[in-house]
Amino acid sequence: MTDTAAKTRAEDVRPTPRRVRRGSPWRRVGRIASPLLWLGPAIALIGVVVLWPVFVMFKTSFQRFTPNGFYLGPAGWRNFKDLFDEPDLNAVLTRTVVWVVVVVGVTMTLSLGLAQLFNQRFPGRRVTRWALIAPWAASVLMTAFIFRWALDPNYGVVNVILHDLGIVKTFGSNQADWLGRPDSAFVWMMIVAIFVSLPFSTYALLAGLQTIPHELYEAARVDGASSWRTYRSITLPLLRPSFLVALLINVINVFNSFPIIWGMTRGGPGFETATSTVYMYQLKQAFIGESAAMSVINFGLVIVVVLVFLKVTRWKDQVS
Amino acid sequence: MTTAVATSSVPDVTSATSRKRRRRPLTGRTVIVSVAAYLIAIVFLLPYVEMVITALRPPAELQERGYVPQHWDWTNFTSIWKTGFGTNLKVSLQIAGGATVLVLLVALPAAYYTARRKFRGRMLFLLLVLATQMFQPAAMLVGIQRQFVSYGLSPTTSLILVNAGFNLAFAVWILNAYFSSIPSELEEAAMVDGTGRLGALGRITLPLALPGIVTALIFTFIAAWNEFIVALTLSGDATKGPLTVAINNYIGQYSVDWGHLFAGSVIATIPVIILFALIEGKVVGGLTAGSIK
Repeated sequence: MTDTAAKTRAEDVRPTPRRVRRGSPWRRVGRIASPLLWLGPAIALIGVVVLWPVFVMFKTSFQRFTPNGFYLGPAGWRNFKDLFDEPDLNAVLTRTVVWVVVVVGVTMTLSLGLAQLFNQRFPGRRVTRWALIAPWAASVLMTAFIFRWALDPNYGVVNVILHDLGIVKTFGSNQADWLGRPDSAFVWMMIVAIFVSLPFSTYALLAGLQTIPHELYEAARVDGASSWRTYRSITLPLLRPSFLVALLINVINVFNSFPIIWGMTRGGPGFETATSTVYMYQLKQAFIGESAAMSVINFGLVIVVVLVFLKVTRWKDQVS
Repeated sequence: MTTAVATSSVPDVTSATSRKRRRRPLTGRTVIVSVAAYLIAIVFLLPYVEMVITALRPPAELQERGYVPQHWDWTNFTSIWKTGFGTNLKVSLQIAGGATVLVLLVALPAAYYTARRKFRGRMLFLLLVLATQMFQPAAMLVGIQRQFVSYGLSPTTSLILVNAGFNLAFAVWILNAYFSSIPSELEEAAMVDGTGRLGALGRITLPLALPGIVTALIFTFIAAWNEFIVALTLSGDATKGPLTVAINNYIGQYSVDWGHLFAGSVIATIPVIILFALIEGKVVGGLTAGSIK
C-alpha cells in the first residue's frame, strides 16, 4: 500500500533524488505486488471456479469414461463424432434456437411496454413494482413446479379455469394433458421462461428510461411532436444501451436455462422438449465424454454471442 | 450510481414534491394506467398465491377442483420437518451464507482497488470479471463436476466456492460503482486528521458504501439460495442437499408430494422475495454496470 498512482505521477515531475529511488528493485516489486495483493483473492477464485473447469471440460471432451465416471483413456474426436451422429441432435439444436429467439424476443417486446407503463406516475406505483419482482426473486425451479401443478390434467387450476370457460371439455383427457404433448409442453415452458425473464428486463429498461433527460421531452412537446413520434425519436434511441445489455443478459440466461424444462418435463418425452443445455445434462447420466462435447459446443456458442456483443457496443472504449 | 448516493441526502425535497403531485385530481389517463398496472401486478403474483393456496390445502382436498380449499390446513408446514427438511434448510443456509461471506471478502478489496487506481492489467481484470458473469455454470457443468469430484471436497464446500465464483461479478460492479462515487479527498482528509489508510477506509469509505455492500450481500445470498443445476449435480444424496434439490426430490417417479413440495417452496421463497424487495432499486445497476459502464 506504499505507492499510489498519484504518487508515481508526482515523482515524474520532481527532480533527481526521488527518481533514483523509484527505480530501486523494492519499489518495482511493490508496484507489481500491490495490485496482486488487492486483486489476488478474486483472481484465484475466478481461476479455480471458472477458468479451470473450462479446461477440464475441454479435456473431458477428448476422453472416454464408463457411465459412472472411470477414466478409460483418450478418445480423440470420437465424442464429437458420436454427438453429431445422434439422431436427436438436429432437433435439439433447432429447438434451442426457437427457445432463445422466441423467449427473448417476446420478453424484450413486452418489457418495453411494461417499462413505459411502470414509469408513469400513479398512486401505488411502488407496491405494483414490488409485485413485479416476485418471479425474479423466487427460485425459477419452484416457479416451474407451480406451473407444472397448475397444468395437471385432472386437478390443475389452469384446466379448471379452461373447463369453466368451456375450452377444456373433459378433465384428464389428452387435450388437458398440456405437458404430455411435446409441442404444447414446449409452448407452456416458453410462457414460463418469458414470465420469469420479464422482471429483470423491465427493471433494466426502467433504469434506462430514468437516465433520459426530462428537457428532451419538453423540447419535443414545445415542437409539437406527437407522443408516438417522441417515443420513436427520443425514447427508443436513448434506450439503446440499456436495451442491448438487457438483451445480452437475457440471451445468456435463457440459453443456459435448465430448471424450467427440467422441472416441468425433464426434457421428455425422450428428448422432445430438451434444449441443448438440458440435452447436455441428459447425456451426462451415461455418456460423460459426449456430454462434455455438447458442453464445449454450448460454451462456444456463448462466447460467440458475447464477442458479437462486445464488438457491437465497443465495450473496450467505454471502460475507463 | 453517483445519483444513488447523492439523492439520499435530499430526500425531503423529492418526497415533498411527489406528495404535492399526488394531491392533484385523478385524470382519466391516470385511472387507466393504474388499473392496467394493478392488473399486471396481480398476474405476476398469482402463481405464488396458488403456491400458498396449494400448500394450505388439506391432503384430501388436493383432488378437488375449487379455486380455494374448503378448509385451511397447516399440517404440511408441520409434517414437512419429519421429511428431513430441516437438514436441507441448514445446508442451504450454510451454502448461501458461506458464498456471501466469501464474495464480500474477495470483492471488497478488488472493487476498491479498481475504483481508486489506474494500473496495468486493470482492463484485463475487469474483462475477466465480466467473463464470470457471462459464463454460467450450466455451460461448463461437466468441467465443474469432474474438477470438484477430483478435489474430494464435500458438496457443501464445493457449492460455496462455485456460487461465490459465479456471483463475484455482481458484487465487484456494484461496489466499484459505490467506491468510485465516494471522492478520494474524503479519505485523504481523514488521513490528514491522523487515521491511517485502513482507518479512513473503515470509518469513511465503508460506511458510505454500505448500501452497495448490503445490496451485494442480499443478491449473492439469494442467487446461491436459488441455484439448482450445480447443486443437483454435486450433492449426491438429496437428503443432504440444499432446498432446491430437496424440493425437486418431492417429485417421485410415479407420484408427486405436492403438499410438501409447495410448503417447502413457501418456506424457501417468501423470505427471499421480501429480502429482494429491500434492494429492488439497486439490483439492475450491479447486473448491467459491467456491460454498460
